Amino acid sequence: MRSYKTMATPDLPNVDGAGAAKLPGFQVELARDMPMQLDSGETIGPFTMAYTTCGTLNADKSNAILVCHALTGDQYVLESHPLTGKPGWWGLMVGPGKPLDIDRYFVLCVNVLGGCMGSTGPRDINPETGEPWGLDFPVITIGDMVRAQALLLDHLGIDKLFSAVGGSMGAMQVLEWAAIFPDRVFSVVPIAGAARHSAQNIAFHEVGRQAIMADPDWRKGNYLKEGAIPKGGLSVARMAAHITYLSETALHRKFGRKLQARDAVSFGFDADFQVESYLRHQGSTFVERFDANSYLYITRAMDYFDLAAGHDGNLAGAFEATDVRFCIISFTSDWLFPTEESREVVRALNAVAANVSFVEIETDKGHDAFLLDEPEFYQTVSGFIEGAAEHRGLGANRGQDTK
Amino acid sequence: MTADGGALSVLNEGHDLKRRDLGIIAGMIADGSRALDIGCGDGALLDYLVHQKDVDGRGIELSQAGVNSCVAHGLSVIQGDADTDLAYYPDGAFDYVVLTRTLQATRNPKDVVSQLVRIGRYAIVSFTNFGHWRVRLQLLTGGRMPVVGDDGYAWYDTPNIHLCTIRDFSLMCEDLGLTVQRALSLSRSGVGRELNSAGAAANLRGEEAIFLLTRE
Repeated sequence: MRSYKTMATPDLPNVDGAGAAKLPGFQVELARDMPMQLDSGETIGPFTMAYTTCGTLNADKSNAILVCHALTGDQYVLESHPLTGKPGWWGLMVGPGKPLDIDRYFVLCVNVLGGCMGSTGPRDINPETGEPWGLDFPVITIGDMVRAQALLLDHLGIDKLFSAVGGSMGAMQVLEWAAIFPDRVFSVVPIAGAARHSAQNIAFHEVGRQAIMADPDWRKGNYLKEGAIPKGGLSVARMAAHITYLSETALHRKFGRKLQARDAVSFGFDADFQVESYLRHQGSTFVERFDANSYLYITRAMDYFDLAAGHDGNLAGAFEATDVRFCIISFTSDWLFPTEESREVVRALNAVAANVSFVEIETDKGHDAFLLDEPEFYQTVSGFIEGAAEHRGLGANRGQDTK
Repeated sequence: MTADGGALSVLNEGHDLKRRDLGIIAGMIADGSRALDIGCGDGALLDYLVHQKDVDGRGIELSQAGVNSCVAHGLSVIQGDADTDLAYYPDGAFDYVVLTRTLQATRNPKDVVSQLVRIGRYAIVSFTNFGHWRVRLQLLTGGRMPVVGDDGYAWYDTPNIHLCTIRDFSLMCEDLGLTVQRALSLSRSGVGRELNSAGAAANLRGEEAIFLLTRE
């Protein structure tokens, strides 16, 4: 068994290795006294977690909501992104008067372990070698990400989250929260998720990973040491994945067969079609903000996710006697995490008579609908959070009673 | 708790509920108990139980619009089907399982009622009585399928496929070996009458019926 120690990285590790800027938000070194056990059997620690907060934690620290980000997301849920300058990724969900109302709740968002926005990941320096970890970084699971978040809560003195909310890989994390820390979370909102990664989804991830590894600049994972960046491979991985986040209807509505800045096809392999141009743009902007090895590690964590596996294949076993309140949400046109996957979770929760709400939102926007303007979706979350707050004794004025 | 209150006293308890059957059902459910409302619609009964009677209430509703509206109002409701989804619940998970004006739309009413008394210590079922004299008269004099209630469905577009009379329902309960703890018939004015003594008259005069059932 190996033990992984990492160095505190207070500065933003820049993708191109040139210069470093201070990350907005917070970074804290955890597992300093005792390394954290990983599912792989390895240990890691100390390691760094980067996070942002908004709103105010109340006196009894009972109004904290953890927002869990998706595969390529990060902690900049409301604050603008330090690299792209774009507004926070979930401004429709988090903010004053929004479903996760920061006038009432303390909202916390943490870059996952293995990520590349300030939490320890494969691009950080391995203190033993003085060089980036690369593939020497231990394999991380969704459970490891959640246990690292729990250590952060310990550090912040928060015993129990009022809620954990997340879409896609974020949904996996919040389900894991309910499964392994049922006493530390009052309610969970898994959106567009599943209790395990399907064969189809593993297949798509494998395509992305192979694209990265086929790029000569990947250098067997040592690209940072050798001063290269596998931009082409990572970009193709992102393009393929991006298609799975949309729906055919949405793609057709947005692009159809429209041509990109030309009147006729070029009889060549330029981006003739708008949809090609769009995907190329998605790919090329992604490589500016994401690390290729992180992409390998995080997709792997999703592939390994299977909540029932630890309970002889019986998903209900993961939620035995749970007091957590669940609000499961899916989208009709999501073919990456189809409604049936959510329904399986609902059935397992019914089998243990858990307190569960389940809503399927009608939309043609595909998996990414959870990030988009779908009023019924936000009304659902709002209503659920309001109902949960009532049961948690978090009245309308409770959130602001302390600074 | 439930079986001994008079019809009039229970009527008063649920006066905030617009539908007359819901007020009486709310009166049958003990404060602070666990209840599952199947076919909970817009959540009127659930909302009342959760907020006025401190009930740990859950709902199942077939229509997505109904579910979304319930959840948006803070109620714990899932989209589901009485015919297929009850099997997933464990035995005795609830004190009360409620099925109001829904049985007639299920594919297997007998199976559904068996599930109700398996999942809940008590099952409460309300349904429109097709033995009511006005219904009988519609068929007898008009020679056409009776149209009952506010919905006004014609025979070809109604989702109600298993209609029954009070007598039919009583016989099915007997067949299933269930104990009728209490049975009420409701007249048009909403007055509830205990059913036990005057079966045939109730079957003629009751527009609607409410049964409180247990397995033994």
